[in-house]
Amino acid sequence: MTTDDMLLEVRGLKKHFPIRSGLLRRVTGTVKAVDGINFHIKKGETLGLVGESGCGKSTAGRALLRLHEPTAGEVIFNDPELGKVDVTKADRDLLLKLRPNMQIIFQDPFTSLNPRLTVGQIVGEPLEIQKRASGTELKDRVAELLKEVGIRPENMSRYPHAFSGGQRQRIGIARALALNPKLIVCDEPVSALDVSIQAQVLNLLDELQEKYGLSYLFVGHDLSVIEHISDRVAVMYVGYIVEMARTDKLYFSPKHPYTEALLNAIPKADPRLRHRPERLQGDVPSPANPPSGCYFHPRCKYAKDICKAERPPLVDIGDEHFVACHFAQELSLTGVQPLNEIKLEIPAHKKSTKA
Amino acid sequence: MATDATQLPTSKAAATEDVGQIPQWQLMVRRFRRSKLSVSGLYVLIVLYVFMIFSDFLAPYDHNRLDSNYAWAPPSVIGFENGQLVTYKLKQTLDQVRFEWFYEPDLSAPLPIQFFVQGYEYRFLGIIPSRLHLFGVEEGYQINIIGADKDGKDVFSRLMKGSQVSLTLGFIGVIVSVIIGSIVGTASGYFAGAVDNFIQRLIELLRSFPDVPLFLALAAALPMGVPVEVRFFLITLIIALIGWTGLAREVRGKVMSYRASDYTAAAVAAGASHWHIITRHLIPNSLSHIIVVGTLAIPGAIGSETALSYLGLGILPPAVSWGVMLRDAQTIEAITSYPWMLIPVGVLIITVLSFYLLGDGVRDAVDPYA
Repeated sequence: MTTDDMLLEVRGLKKHFPIRSGLLRRVTGTVKAVDGINFHIKKGETLGLVGESGCGKSTAGRALLRLHEPTAGEVIFNDPELGKVDVTKADRDLLLKLRPNMQIIFQDPFTSLNPRLTVGQIVGEPLEIQKRASGTELKDRVAELLKEVGIRPENMSRYPHAFSGGQRQRIGIARALALNPKLIVCDEPVSALDVSIQAQVLNLLDELQEKYGLSYLFVGHDLSVIEHISDRVAVMYVGYIVEMARTDKLYFSPKHPYTEALLNAIPKADPRLRHRPERLQGDVPSPANPPSGCYFHPRCKYAKDICKAERPPLVDIGDEHFVACHFAQELSLTGVQPLNEIKLEIPAHKKSTKA
Repeated sequence: MATDATQLPTSKAAATEDVGQIPQWQLMVRRFRRSKLSVSGLYVLIVLYVFMIFSDFLAPYDHNRLDSNYAWAPPSVIGFENGQLVTYKLKQTLDQVRFEWFYEPDLSAPLPIQFFVQGYEYRFLGIIPSRLHLFGVEEGYQINIIGADKDGKDVFSRLMKGSQVSLTLGFIGVIVSVIIGSIVGTASGYFAGAVDNFIQRLIELLRSFPDVPLFLALAAALPMGVPVEVRFFLITLIIALIGWTGLAREVRGKVMSYRASDYTAAAVAAGASHWHIITRHLIPNSLSHIIVVGTLAIPGAIGSETALSYLGLGILPPAVSWGVMLRDAQTIEAITSYPWMLIPVGVLIITVLSFYLLGDGVRDAVDPYA
């Protein structure tokens, strides 16, 4: 038993996928989907993991649950009963004991529920697997879980096809809650939903976090969603965390050029703005063949010679603000404006009638 | 949101109408029913299989009963006299020019058709001994509703008896190959890696043999002096051994995609065993696909049995199957002078066609959300 408030520490986590080709299926290269990332999550905290498509954020989430076998690194989980355990080295029996505390919610509510099982069977499955309940006890627990996520327990005998995307996502959340986990990896849980439903699901996640003291690793690409839900945010680029800080700090004063570029790409709901943000040039490099030095240098407008040669480490520049950039201290970058600084003006074209 | 959930039924009658509670297989049945052609295929098959079950009861004679008075006898003329169905005694004359038997019904000598008569002994469903037959005529005469062959064997009786082999052998062969194919395919798709590689190369090896010569080689290697049942069993095995590879590949593909699905990942995250994942998620989801492939494989298997028997390597006389009957019908004289010998071909075509129609309907039905 520990009183430590650290729940999860990830050190140097790597997940490489081999590229095989030719007749003998020789390994001719590796896709470094996740290439040595470090972060931690405290109890009751939400860490947002944000990045472009293919940057390895989902793979990272799955690797730490060992849904993908990690290539290297440590995932130290602070289990309430077993104490600090390295998940990556756990054998079958230990893993079986650890799993209930680490669950996952998926992106696509249409493929994450088995169409052949009823809602009751889906939500009750983790309980069955862990032999926590059976018979009427199982039913009662499932009913309770469904109520918790706002699905009426009467719906237990219905099949997933009878539910909308938002409802399905709630069922997925109920399944993840079934084993009373401490940590839930939310793998883009709202990306596939309508905006109106997104807010409902996010609020549900907030409520559940408060009620059960859950910690979330919230993987996403929607910066507004991440800002809303996260206490801290980590920005990933080609398998590597480039910046990690408290949400307000990261959004208001980013220290990495990539973070700045991402934040500038957020569409502004202001029709007066004629200024187009500077777009990021080029494409995301392939994780099978990344550039030298800092992976971001080919696209970075601040890049200097050292950026081509040396890969900057992720360093703490104070107050838990981690940046992997050679010029983190020198650059002055712009983030988003805090809401209270935005002045509300009546737009000029609203004053005068149409010419 | 619970508030936008469809209203739950209050009465029990309405409960059956809650679409949300209908299991996936029932949705498939509903969709299948919409295809008239497939449903009619199913009905035809039901009729054929009912005939097969009652084949001994329906057949008036043993399939090997010879009667030289009825060699190449044409289908009996059926009449209605004195309130009962009758057929007629035949006058057998030799056509001196063509050296063929020529038959003419003697309309003055009616032969009443008797129902529920005692005849040769058989075992109903292989268990219950019985001598009861649906119809027959006076001892010493013969009724051949679809004619007789060169030895005076009743074609209808042979068709009935032959259905016992032809309709079951292909079916059982496919079931066996479905079982082998599903197990191997699931193992290959689920465990991937070296296991998958080995199994796939093995399948490629098996498939690289040309089908027909492999069939023939295996069939020719079968021992000749064995009882009919053993031979039946061995031929079933040959059909299964050749048929499972295609199915194993299809199941492998399905299993791979289901294994990569999020619900499988959720089960893994909860600590599920391989067995749990395979039996709870992979097999039930692949099952509909397995059934489709199986249904569509049956006509091929029936065809294989027929082809083997036709070539004299499958079921051998005195046992009878439709393939054996095809062999009897292959002569020019049979086709030109005794066209009733071709009736088994028609029945075979109807059977195979019905299976294809059924299989098409099942294939369209298994994706009820499409």
